[in-house]
Amino acid sequence: MKNAFGLPQRVVVLAGSSDIARAITKRLCAARAHTVVLAGRNQQLLEEASTEALAFGASHVETVIFDARDPSNAERTVTTSFEKGGGAVDLVVVAVGMLGDQERFQDDPALAAEMATVNFTWPVAALARVRSLLVAQGSGRILVISSVAGVRVRRAKYLYGGAKAGLDRLCVGLADSLEGTGVSMHIMRPGHVRSRMTIGEKEPPFATGVEDVADDVMRGLADRSPIIWSPPILRYVFSVLRHLPAPLWRTVTDSMGR
Amino acid sequence: MSRVTLRGWGRTTPGVATVRHASNESEITATLESSRALIARGLGRSYGDAAQVSGGTVLVSDISDVGPVDDEGVLDIGAGASLDQLLTQCIPQGWFLPVTPGTRQVTIGGAIAADVHGKNHHLDGSFARHVLEMRIVTPSGPATISPDLDGELFWATMGGMGLTGVVSSVTLKLLKIETDKVLVDTQRFSNLDEVMSEMTSGDENFRYSVAWVDCMTRGANMGRAVLTRGDHARANDVSPASLRAPAPARLTVPFDAPSGLLNRFTVQAFNEAWFRSSPRRQLAKPESISSFFHPLDGIRNWNRLYGRRGFVQYQFCVPEESSDTVRHAIEHLSSSGVASFLAVLKRFGPANPGPLSFPLPGWTLALDLPVGPASLPQLLDDLDEMIVSAGGRIYLAKDARLSPEKMRAMYPKLDAFLEVKNRVDPEHQLTSDLARRLDLVGA
Repeated sequence: MKNAFGLPQRVVVLAGSSDIARAITKRLCAARAHTVVLAGRNQQLLEEASTEALAFGASHVETVIFDARDPSNAERTVTTSFEKGGGAVDLVVVAVGMLGDQERFQDDPALAAEMATVNFTWPVAALARVRSLLVAQGSGRILVISSVAGVRVRRAKYLYGGAKAGLDRLCVGLADSLEGTGVSMHIMRPGHVRSRMTIGEKEPPFATGVEDVADDVMRGLADRSPIIWSPPILRYVFSVLRHLPAPLWRTVTDSMGR
Repeated sequence: MSRVTLRGWGRTTPGVATVRHASNESEITATLESSRALIARGLGRSYGDAAQVSGGTVLVSDISDVGPVDDEGVLDIGAGASLDQLLTQCIPQGWFLPVTPGTRQVTIGGAIAADVHGKNHHLDGSFARHVLEMRIVTPSGPATISPDLDGELFWATMGGMGLTGVVSSVTLKLLKIETDKVLVDTQRFSNLDEVMSEMTSGDENFRYSVAWVDCMTRGANMGRAVLTRGDHARANDVSPASLRAPAPARLTVPFDAPSGLLNRFTVQAFNEAWFRSSPRRQLAKPESISSFFHPLDGIRNWNRLYGRRGFVQYQFCVPEESSDTVRHAIEHLSSSGVASFLAVLKRFGPANPGPLSFPLPGWTLALDLPVGPASLPQLLDDLDEMIVSAGGRIYLAKDARLSPEKMRAMYPKLDAFLEVKNRVDPEHQLTSDLARRLDLVGA
C-alpha cells in the first residue's frame, strides 16, 4: 500500500527501461517500493533496470516485454504486469514515448502514424486497462509522463508534441473521471530532459536532468499534485509562452533548436 | 451498501470501499461470509489507514447499547457505542472510564483495536486491563473471550487493529467518581531534562500526568514543557460537586484550511503563545473532565486545519533505560525545522501480554506533523531507526507511513499474533490498508 507521503510499495512501470522511469524507480525503491514490475521493449535494458531496482532496495522485480508500436498488446501487457505484481498496485508509471526524428518522419505517413501510436494510442489503450484494474482495487495512483512539448506544440517537434498534447489533455479528463474512485492521477510535464532520448538535441533553457525530474516526482507524489512540472518554474514560463502570438512563438521556439 | 472514499483522521491515504452496517452478530457473520476483504470501522479517529480496506468491505457496527452499571461498576456495552455515549450516560451516575484517550469520539471497538491508553497508563495500564470479557465474531464463528477464555485470542485482539475479528459487545469495569472535576497541578519547565526528571520522581503521586512539549525551540530551552497532573476531585474538594455529562462541541472547522496554513512559522508562534500563557506553577485547580481529558473535542473537524494535504501523527514509545532517545528525537526534530505542534510526553507503566499492544514501560512521545516539507519522510525514517535501536516502537493507531521491516523489528511478538490470526481467519479475510502496508494480513 502507499503511505501518507504517497510512497508506494508495489509499482508497475510501463517503459521501465527509459532513463526517466529508471531514475524514478530508483527513488521509489530507496523509499518504500518492495515489488517492481518493469515493462519495456528491450530485455537487456530491462535487466539493467531490474538490477538497479534491486540495488536500491526492491526485494522483488519482474519484467514484461512489449512493443508500444502495437496497441493490441496494451491490455495483455498491463494485465500481466499487475499479475506479476502479486497484489494491490499502488502506483502505475506510464513512461512510454519516443521523440522520433521529426524531419525524417513528417512526410512519411507510416512513421508519422507510428509517432501517434507510441506516444498516444498505446498509452491510451494501456490507461484504459489500468483504470479499470485500479478502480476495482479502490486505491492507487497513475503517473503519466507527458511533456511541456504538448502544452504548446512547436513546429520542430509537432509529431511528438502533438501526440503528447493529446495524451495530456486526455489525462486531464481521465483524472477528473477518477474523482471518488480512490484512484488518482499525476500528470508529469518535464521540459527538456538530458537522457538517451535527447542525446544530440540542442539544449533549450530550463533543461533538466533525470535525477531532478525524479526529485520533482517524489515531491509531487507527497503533495498529491495533479500536475507536476519539472523544473517547477516551467509552469510559469509556459503560462506566458502559451499565449504568445504565433510569429513570436515561432521565433522564440526556433531559437531553442530543432 | 455504498462505495465510499474513506480516510483516517490525518486524511492522507484515501481508499474506496463498500460500507455495510450490521446491527447484530448474525449480520456481522453474514457480512463476513460474503466479503473477501473486510475490516471494521468505528468513528474514523485512527490517524492513518487502519480502518479502511481499499476495494473491500468496511463494516460499521450499529450495536451501541449502553447497559446499566451495576454496584461494582461493571457495564455491558455494544462495541459500536462511542466513549462519548458511555460518558454521557455514566458520569451523571458517578462512573467514569478507567482509561480514556484524548478524544471521546472513538468507539469501544476502536478502543480495543488500538488498545488505547490515557494519562494514567503509568498506574492503570491500557484499556485492556479494564475489559472483563467480550464477544467477537471471527471468520471461524462468534466467541466469548476474556483473559481466561481463549486468552490468546483475547490478547491478540487487544491492540490487534481489528484483524482478529469484529468485536460486538464488551463487559467493562468502570471507575467510581464523586464529581465531574479534576484537580490539576500545572508546572512550567524551561527544558526537557527538567520536566523528565520531575516526571520520573513525581508521577507516581498522581493518577493522571501528561506534559506538552515544544519541539521547535533549540538550544538551552530545547523541549520546554508544561506538565499537568491531577486526579478526580472528591465531593468535598469542589462546590458544587456536580456530575454533568460532557457538552458537545460548540466550534467547528467548516472547510479545509489552505495547506500550509500550519507551517513552521505559524506553529512556532502558536507554541510560543501557548507556553507563555501557561501558569508557571498552579496547584489543585478544578478543571472539567472535558477540558482536562478531551480538549480537542471542543472543536469539530479540527483535522481540517491541516488542509488538503493532511498531517501525520508520529507516536513512539521507548523503554525506561532508553529515555535518552526522547531527547535525541526532539533534538533531531527541532534542528530539522519542520513544523510540529506541541508534542505530548507521557510515562508508561507495565505492558500487557497483547502481542501488538503498543505501550511498554518507559516514555511515549506523540507529535502532529503537517505533510509538506520534502525532508519529512526521511526525517521520520531516521526516527524509526533510532526507535528500533532503542527497543521502542510506533503506535499503529497513529501510523500511516511505517515500513513492514521496521514494524517487525518493533513488535517482536508479531509472529505470535499472526499465529492466532491464522487460526481464527485461515482465509485472511480480515485485512485493512494498514495490514497490507505492514504485511499483517497473514500467510
